[in-house]
Amino acid sequence: MKPSGWQELLLAALFAMLAAFVPLVANGYWLSIAVTAMMYLALATSWALFSGPTHYISLATGAFFGIGGYLVGSMMSDYQLAFWVPLVVAPVVAALLAMLIGLATLRLSGVYFVIFTLGLAEMIRNLISWIQNNFLGSRGLYVLTDLRDQHIYWMLLAVAAVVYLLGWLINRSRLGFALRIIGNDETVARHVGINTATAKVILFTTTGFFAALVGAIIAPRWSYIEPNQVFSPQLSFLVVIMALLGGAGRLWGPLVGVIPFTIIWEWVGVQFPNQSFLFMGLAFLLIVYVLPNGVVGRIEQLRARLREREA
Amino acid sequence: MRYSGAVLSVSGVTKRFGGLVAVSSMSFDVAEHEMVGVIGPNGSGKTTMMNMISGAFKPTAGRISMKGRRISDMPAQTIAREGVGRTFQLVRLLPGLNVIENVLSGAVFGHRRRWGRDAEDFAHAMLERVGLEAMSYAPVAQLTYIDQKRVELARVLAGEPEVLLLDEWLAGLNPTELETGIELIHNLRDEGRTVVLVEHVMDAIRALCDRCVVMSAGKKIAEGTPDEVLNDAEVIRAYLGDDDA
Repeated sequence: MKPSGWQELLLAALFAMLAAFVPLVANGYWLSIAVTAMMYLALATSWALFSGPTHYISLATGAFFGIGGYLVGSMMSDYQLAFWVPLVVAPVVAALLAMLIGLATLRLSGVYFVIFTLGLAEMIRNLISWIQNNFLGSRGLYVLTDLRDQHIYWMLLAVAAVVYLLGWLINRSRLGFALRIIGNDETVARHVGINTATAKVILFTTTGFFAALVGAIIAPRWSYIEPNQVFSPQLSFLVVIMALLGGAGRLWGPLVGVIPFTIIWEWVGVQFPNQSFLFMGLAFLLIVYVLPNGVVGRIEQLRARLREREA
Repeated sequence: MRYSGAVLSVSGVTKRFGGLVAVSSMSFDVAEHEMVGVIGPNGSGKTTMMNMISGAFKPTAGRISMKGRRISDMPAQTIAREGVGRTFQLVRLLPGLNVIENVLSGAVFGHRRRWGRDAEDFAHAMLERVGLEAMSYAPVAQLTYIDQKRVELARVLAGEPEVLLLDEWLAGLNPTELETGIELIHNLRDEGRTVVLVEHVMDAIRALCDRCVVMSAGKKIAEGTPDEVLNDAEVIRAYLGDDDA
């Protein structure tokens, strides 16, 4: 990920301010799409903090997101705790888990890391479903709050803004430079003196933290939490697709991917409810073949070509 | 050559890969401001030796120390910070970064860590030092082979290592480039740097090294000035076989 300047931060702040007004002009259907888009924006941006520069594709987003949703459901339903308690606890739990996973997968690279994170997310989903069904009673978990779509939207917007600001700061720091070097050649990274393990674990933990926070914030929207649903592997894939579609090489890349994809995905869900996985596969293929560096990467490529022609 | 005790000390180092003994109880010292060549036929364990010093491999037995501190059980990044910098046998640049960013990586994370303007100035200075300042903002894919090697050298120098490991830095260069290359390394020598170099080019060894360690089949078979070792009967046998000795 290339370091971003003040200009980009200013544009992002402007975008965030404009985005804050969406609930005032949109309601019902469009507001609900906006909530979904904001959820994916926060998830994809935080996913790209780690996976963008290092090229480690993580499919564990669903696991951390699920911990957020599940803990909200469980703590509010079973223990009658206020919404803010799991909102604070879940990200911390997920961050600790992410740290453990990070430490365990340090030696894995490429496709092994991808498979491990996917398998791990599935394992957590099954484990929690099993515990829920066998020990905690198979009744549902209700999340009843006074929060409406616009409140959820604003909270998600705040999370997305914080993630963006954090990414901007990381990009300009030693840590950000270290991550770019790791993504290029991990052996060289070690030999120039970078503690690759620490850098990777810090970022992976950060993405786990934010995915759980998003999962917790969005939970009241569903009112009813079912482990199999909040730990959805589909979410992990969608986050990857959206981030890659926009381009994970830039901090604002995911933004470019999330908005159109959320709308298209919504349309597909309505028109072809049974073929959504087929469509997801097609989207993957298209990105890999046509836009390997995302829309942002393609724009930069065209810009470079134009500059060459002028020179 | 000023002698002030060994900066780098290798003692009784062995590396086994399963049943294969790649390096067998190697011992040698490198003094400050000394340029030591590690030479030997292909497959004699030279690069494995370098990999153990830089921390890419851990020795199976023995001890490597720098200024008395044991480095052989440290991970590569700690050894780099302690002050060992290396180049790779097959040049390894960071393809997604431009020339100056490649050099900057050494300045930011090396033995002496810099940041911001300070790091950038130093990286530019190192690039100028290897004669590549004009290419600062070029993508590394545009560079010729020797220029890529220059960038790698600049990256290592930018970390201000106390010991420099050059693994066949002159290999693969054409005769003109070789002259430039030898001159460049000779300048490092004149600066009084401590260097261990693995090399096959005999002219370079004669021109550059204060001392040579000769390896064959993982063992040290000779040690001395370049002239001494290159006339040693066992060294000639190792390179050319029994009949020619």
